[in-house]
Amino acid sequence: MKKYRVDIAVIGGGPAGLAAAVSAHEQGIRPSKILIVERDNVLGGILNQCIHNGFGLHIFKEELTGPEYAHRYIDMVEASDINLLLDTMVLNIDAGSGVHGTPYKIYATSMKDGVIEISAKAVILAMGCRERSRGALNIPGTRPAGIYTAGTAQRLVNIEGKMPGKDIVILGSGDIGLIMARRLTFEGAKVHCVAEIQPKSGGLQRNIVQCLEDFNIPLLLSHTVTEIHGKDRVEGVTITQVDENLNPIDGTAEYRYCDTLLLSVGLIPENEVSKTAEVKILDSTGGPEVDEKSETSRRGIFACGNVVHVHDLVDHVTEQAYAAGRSAAEYVKNYRDF
Amino acid sequence: MDYDIAIIGAGVTGSAIARELSKYALKICVIEAHSDVCEGTSKANSGIVHAGFDAYPGSLKAKLNSKGAKKMEAMSQELDFPFRRNGAMVVAFSEEEISKLEKLAEQSIENRVGELKIISGDEARELEPALSEDIVAALLIEQSGIVCPFNMTIAFAENAVTNGVEFKLNSRVTDVKIEDSGYILTIDYDPPAYFKNRQKKGFSHDSYDNSQDTRQKLSATMVINAAGVYGDLIHNQVVRQIAGAGKEDILEEITPRRGEYCLCDHEYGTFVQRTIFQVPTELGKGVLVTPTVHWNLMIGPNAVDIDDKGDNITTAEGLEEVLKKGAKSLKEMPAKNKIITSFAGIRAHRPADDFLIEEINGAPGFIDVIGIESPGLSCAPAMGEYVAEIVARSASEHNLFRMDRKPEWNGKRKGFTALWDAAPEERDKMVRENPSYGQMICRCEKVSKGEIEEAINRPLGATTLDGLKRRVRTGAGRCQEGFCTPKLLEILAENLDCTVEDITKSGGKSFVLSETFPGNTEETMTLGNLSRGTEEVRGNEEI
Repeated sequence: MKKYRVDIAVIGGGPAGLAAAVSAHEQGIRPSKILIVERDNVLGGILNQCIHNGFGLHIFKEELTGPEYAHRYIDMVEASDINLLLDTMVLNIDAGSGVHGTPYKIYATSMKDGVIEISAKAVILAMGCRERSRGALNIPGTRPAGIYTAGTAQRLVNIEGKMPGKDIVILGSGDIGLIMARRLTFEGAKVHCVAEIQPKSGGLQRNIVQCLEDFNIPLLLSHTVTEIHGKDRVEGVTITQVDENLNPIDGTAEYRYCDTLLLSVGLIPENEVSKTAEVKILDSTGGPEVDEKSETSRRGIFACGNVVHVHDLVDHVTEQAYAAGRSAAEYVKNYRDF
Repeated sequence: MDYDIAIIGAGVTGSAIARELSKYALKICVIEAHSDVCEGTSKANSGIVHAGFDAYPGSLKAKLNSKGAKKMEAMSQELDFPFRRNGAMVVAFSEEEISKLEKLAEQSIENRVGELKIISGDEARELEPALSEDIVAALLIEQSGIVCPFNMTIAFAENAVTNGVEFKLNSRVTDVKIEDSGYILTIDYDPPAYFKNRQKKGFSHDSYDNSQDTRQKLSATMVINAAGVYGDLIHNQVVRQIAGAGKEDILEEITPRRGEYCLCDHEYGTFVQRTIFQVPTELGKGVLVTPTVHWNLMIGPNAVDIDDKGDNITTAEGLEEVLKKGAKSLKEMPAKNKIITSFAGIRAHRPADDFLIEEINGAPGFIDVIGIESPGLSCAPAMGEYVAEIVARSASEHNLFRMDRKPEWNGKRKGFTALWDAAPEERDKMVRENPSYGQMICRCEKVSKGEIEEAINRPLGATTLDGLKRRVRTGAGRCQEGFCTPKLLEILAENLDCTVEDITKSGGKSFVLSETFPGNTEETMTLGNLSRGTEEVRGNEEI
């Protein structure tokens, strides 16, 4: 089994992981002692599929696309010779490690190296989040092809160059859903409507204007999908108005033809790896409990970005990641081997 | 005759029968309407191996259940599918229900399951701390177990293929004609899209090879009707051709009975250790709460008689009913956002409330195996032998064919590689043998590319997203295929030698992608292929 020994292991090479690694380096940790582990074959995380602009207004005072934003940090990481393991998935952090001055033991796997054991004085969790799926909403009806989360559709269109469908209904007005309404319209699909169960959209106002209103896509507030139709492929959905308690109102159900249902109904911090390290996870956020130094319930394990809680803006992720990088560096400097 | 035996339906019953009959030197085929085995009742049920105490004494259900359950352990080892004897409880909420528990305990002895103990509510909660304070007593059943219904069905089918049985998928039997020396079956064949652009040949899934012939006929000396909820239609078609039969008496009717389920996240995989039943009613065993062999928590089913045999939708009322009834057994339900998916299955219920497994009088060599609802899964290991006896009797009585054992028969099967809980050293060794085991595709269930490719390239391999999910659990986790869909499409297309647009979720017209990128057809498709090509090259260089 291949083994690495580092000061700081950063799990995840998206915006949070990149900024945390850069920050730790800026604090004087040698780049050869920092390791970023990324499951994809490129750095940048989900930013790579966010080809729209609007990123970086706070930090860079300009409007960057997702890949451009990611590249600002990828360039810094590459210029600094920070260690990278791409195409490598962290399986677990040994819960028994990291006590009494012993390093944390992280197990990861890749095609090239089989299983890798990484010993690290400090760990920065930066795995991001995933999307809530149909199951979490328990939408009744059939179970045909053609139901996607907005992010999956985004990857298909922007990275793979494939269309998920032609006649689209979007449930939920989260930002990715709004962005995809515009994106799919550009690619020739008909986006029939966006249904939002809440009386107000959770998406950014600029996205409602630029992605829906500019394209005459109706936003149905206080509406939700109450049934999915179609045996093989989605053939339509029932959209129903809801009352103030979010319960469907009788007599308002309406059938809408579509071949695709996109779900943009929330993001959930992805903490499978955190749980293996027995880091305390908060029910309220789904992410680890962190203090003002971004340290979790376990000494030496830090967390930043959407793995902690879901952020609206990537600039905020970056700021939090810088703080986590600083704290991890400080921790390593005071670290004593026994 | 094309075949000695044609089995209609590749559910757990048809597959188990096929595997048992593959021991004999006979030409056998299994005809399945869907694109995969295990697509009907067998794929959507509780996955429980019932001990057999609750079937009506003397019934076929009772007889086969206790036999099948006892064989399950050995069968799961021989065919390498997941099975766990986790035990069960039937919980009672009142004095009246305690008397029902006593009756079940008596029935258990009558059904030769063994002696069962009734324990107090407190004792039950000591064993299962999640149980409700309202439970006053429980029947403890150590013999009860849980099984992966998909893997069990696939195991039977794969082993049957290994031993020479042909599976004809995407083939719906539309007509059965009685002939002098056997039966002529008319088949509607729906060639899957991935055949269209196929260059390579000789996949084990290509039972019809590249045939685009949608109307096919085949003849068989003997037919076994294991068509699940559609079994009555086939039975009645045969009966109506029998001259002079008192037809109306022997017409069959199968009531499709829908059951809905909710499946919870792995977080709740050890919420209860045992399967928790409530006291059964006329409509079935009621709503149960059980861990699955893959460490999820499952709650369900309800029971609703429906008209349409294919109507396996979930309903708002149904899911609510399931959660409400399930909650009765528990102190506290898992939070609603811990449900990762819900689904519905359809049981093939006969009004007579028992299986019908016999030769049709007046149709020599036509054997019904119908009305197989719960405990059908538990019976499967015993089903093969039971039906084989009927086959042997019928074959000799009507002088149809000889039943000679094949000396080369091999009943062993190796299960799917599953590395999700592999120790680091073991995984390391596997990746060194095949680097694809190191490329993680499904993050939630930790399924590597190697495991997926194996599932596609085995006998009767996966050709759809659902087929993969049932074999190796890709997309069965909490993100429900969110992250891995694009990658799964690519791996399927690569291995089936087709385009990603040809891939379906579950066969038929369930295409995952829109056929083409609008407005830009040819070029985009070439571009897509090109970019895949370069990625492959780059990957190799890195290694």
